[in-house]
Amino acid sequence: MALILPSNLYSQISAHLEAAYPNEGAGILIGAANGESKTAQAIRPFANNFESGEQYHRYLITAQDMLDGEMEAERLGLDVIGVFHSHPDHPAQASEYDREYALPWYSYLIVSVQKGKAANARSWVLSDDRSKFNEETFQLAS
Amino acid sequence: MATIRIPTPLRPYAGGNAEVPVSGNTVGAALNDLTARHPDLRKHLYTDSGELRAFVNVFLGQEDVRHMQGENTALKENDQLRIVPSVAGGAMG
Repeated sequence: MALILPSNLYSQISAHLEAAYPNEGAGILIGAANGESKTAQAIRPFANNFESGEQYHRYLITAQDMLDGEMEAERLGLDVIGVFHSHPDHPAQASEYDREYALPWYSYLIVSVQKGKAANARSWVLSDDRSKFNEETFQLAS
Repeated sequence: MATIRIPTPLRPYAGGNAEVPVSGNTVGAALNDLTARHPDLRKHLYTDSGELRAFVNVFLGQEDVRHMQGENTALKENDQLRIVPSVAGGAMG
């Protein structure tokens, strides 16, 4: 699989995640799937709804936010294709906690935010048997 | 017959369908019917001990059934259920 993200959307994602620092920030990717690749066409940032003392290493997007995001995607004739979140001062590597709560098929774009600046990003997809995350190709588009 | 709308990531496990018609007079019965029709969905909706996974939410209209009577919430003909994931994660284990 591959995730293709227009660079202007990556800039919006970075700004949201840098604003959330030193906590984790999150949001959804809206777009379309085509065979082995997904292309984002819009993003929707959300507030981190995990309990406040834990947000430095946890995020939560509530079901109500996801429902709003799905409705917005449907209005646009698109789908929710994945989720983005930050790992403040940690690598953009999917964690065991990420895997436990993950859904299949979605792209999980993780941005490492180092000292308040978005440093690098990697994208992950849960395996069908839920046993592990596989890294997918992540490509910025103009 | 009520219907359940399936979120995109789970559609491959529901025969590719966005909506599945289900029988049952309660939300729990409808979910049982859904997983009987599409057994591959079970591992993503339920834990090994048979509980709905924490990130799996079922909405009847705009309301989370956890704020109603949960799996005992009564269903009427033509009700529209929707499975909505909440999404969690984070950097350290």
